[in-house]
Amino acid sequence: MNLALRDLRHNLGRFLLTCVGLGLLLGVALAMVGIYGGVVEEALSLARNMRADLWVVEGGSRGPFAEASRIPGDVREAVARLPGVREAGSLTFQTVEARHGGGPGGVVPDEDQVRERAGEAGRQRSGTVLRLQVVGYEPDRPGGPPGILEGRGITRGRLEMVADRSAGLPLGAVVEMANLRYRVVGISTRAVSTGGDPLAWITLRDSQDLQFRLSPPAARRAQQGGGGAPPQDTVNAVIARLSPHADATAVAAEIRRWKHFSALTGAEQENVLTRSVVDKARKQIGLFTTVLLLVSAVIVALIIYTLTMDKMREIATLKLIGAPDRTIVALVMQQALLLGAVSFVSGTSLLLAVKDHFPRRVVLGVEEVSGFGVLVFVICLLASLLGVRYALRIEPAQALGG
Amino acid sequence: MSALVELCGISKGFGAGEARVQALADITLSVDAGEVVGLRGPSGSGKSTLLNLVACILEPDAGTLRLAGETVWDGRWSRADLRALRREKIGFIFQFHNLLPFLDATDNVALAMTLNHVPLDEARRRARALLDHLQVGKRASAMPAKLSGGEAQRVAIARALANNPRIILADEPTAALDSERAQVVMDLLRQVAREQQAAVIVVTHDDKIFSRFDRLVELRDGRVEAGGA
Repeated sequence: MNLALRDLRHNLGRFLLTCVGLGLLLGVALAMVGIYGGVVEEALSLARNMRADLWVVEGGSRGPFAEASRIPGDVREAVARLPGVREAGSLTFQTVEARHGGGPGGVVPDEDQVRERAGEAGRQRSGTVLRLQVVGYEPDRPGGPPGILEGRGITRGRLEMVADRSAGLPLGAVVEMANLRYRVVGISTRAVSTGGDPLAWITLRDSQDLQFRLSPPAARRAQQGGGGAPPQDTVNAVIARLSPHADATAVAAEIRRWKHFSALTGAEQENVLTRSVVDKARKQIGLFTTVLLLVSAVIVALIIYTLTMDKMREIATLKLIGAPDRTIVALVMQQALLLGAVSFVSGTSLLLAVKDHFPRRVVLGVEEVSGFGVLVFVICLLASLLGVRYALRIEPAQALGG
Repeated sequence: MSALVELCGISKGFGAGEARVQALADITLSVDAGEVVGLRGPSGSGKSTLLNLVACILEPDAGTLRLAGETVWDGRWSRADLRALRREKIGFIFQFHNLLPFLDATDNVALAMTLNHVPLDEARRRARALLDHLQVGKRASAMPAKLSGGEAQRVAIARALANNPRIILADEPTAALDSERAQVVMDLLRQVAREQQAAVIVVTHDDKIFSRFDRLVELRDGRVEAGGA
């Protein structure tokens, strides 16, 4: 006769309500674990999507993600000529707040019309503001979208864009950046920046043009004052893919001997991304997760303690009629574990159902979920000790009406 | 008749120094098999302490306690041994029945048997037979909250009898019942004492049932004032 189950069945409504509450808390804690995984995956996705064996950046920097990097565009040719390098491509990265007028063929209002109608404030409000990480690349060279879900890749044509699905842009949508309108010709997937912004690919030439249009007013003033135009053919990094038998470390060492350039292998770039770019976010999320798990442990302990206190007379009666301690301990512990199990299942199910609607990616694999399950089991086991201690201290005499 | 409960020179006090209260002093009392003994006295006279001592919940400061031929508290008894003794040899009946609210009448009775290692199916079969015998068989599947006071007390008596105990301790078993039901409960206790040759000790304030005891022991200030022989 399982007393724990019978007691819970007797108070099923209260038990389920408690499980829902605790399940929500565990769901939030698991979401933090998933967001933690998402931050790491997003941080690495940009670099991994490039499938680069080497990153050539400005000398003394760890760019292009951790630090600023600007190098001449013709470096790509020098890199491509190195022994062991199969192909190389130039890339630019810039974060842009673009405006999107709606669905396919959506019209973004003309700049002059908008200004005339509502001034500068109207310009800010017109269309949907969309934050994008724009990648400029050379079609047919490394650095393009990892895969096209819908539509096609960028050809040599100007003002075309491939956007990540998470941007929510439909095929054929028009996006305005720095007064230029780009048409979405392809949709890619699973490509976001280290900050979680969706990626958008345009041609290198378009991106260099965009970079110039978006350059700070000070640079423009210097140019107008006769300071000379800044070189337009600059890129943020050159990536290289190596032949199967080439040693990335040796090729990187070769590039480092050049003046003004640094080279990072793919592994080094990933290390920079996880250790430097998202390190604080990782630590913060880790801290929140720890705090949430501690709060969960305290709540489970209090629930079990209260459930045990409610059964004080029943436990005293059980002791008086000769129930051994193991029967009492089993009653308390089984209820704690059932509470944890039902809450874990409800919290996890809820999270898995809604995780795709989170603003940031939630990455939960079997390993994370099962690991969290084990953690909840341990928490419930430890938390139940408080209830067990209380139950074992109940005197059988308490059943005799004082 | 042989004595199933024997207290010889039992004393018990609580606290220390000036705050010490002597709850029982030099109590000598015996209850034979088949005998139904009432225990009465004003509040603070030591009735509950005496019941707790016989129930092996409290250890006496002095004196000897023998239950069903075994000397208890002689240094050989662990807490688990005392629980086993209670499980096998003592049945308890409470003022407010103390049935487990999450078990139906049958399982409340069967539980006491399963604690004594009777298989569940067998325990349930015997529990139903016992409930039939106590005329609450029709309520075998009812939860305690659905039972009337008299029905609940009968189920509690069935639980107390589940393991055929030699000693039955009842704490105010009729306090929550009207006089008619109180008489029925007393009839049942007398019947059990006679059929099972059990020693029954009933703590009570209920003067309506005083006449139903074989002997009425009166306690005052921790001492037996009458009926202890």
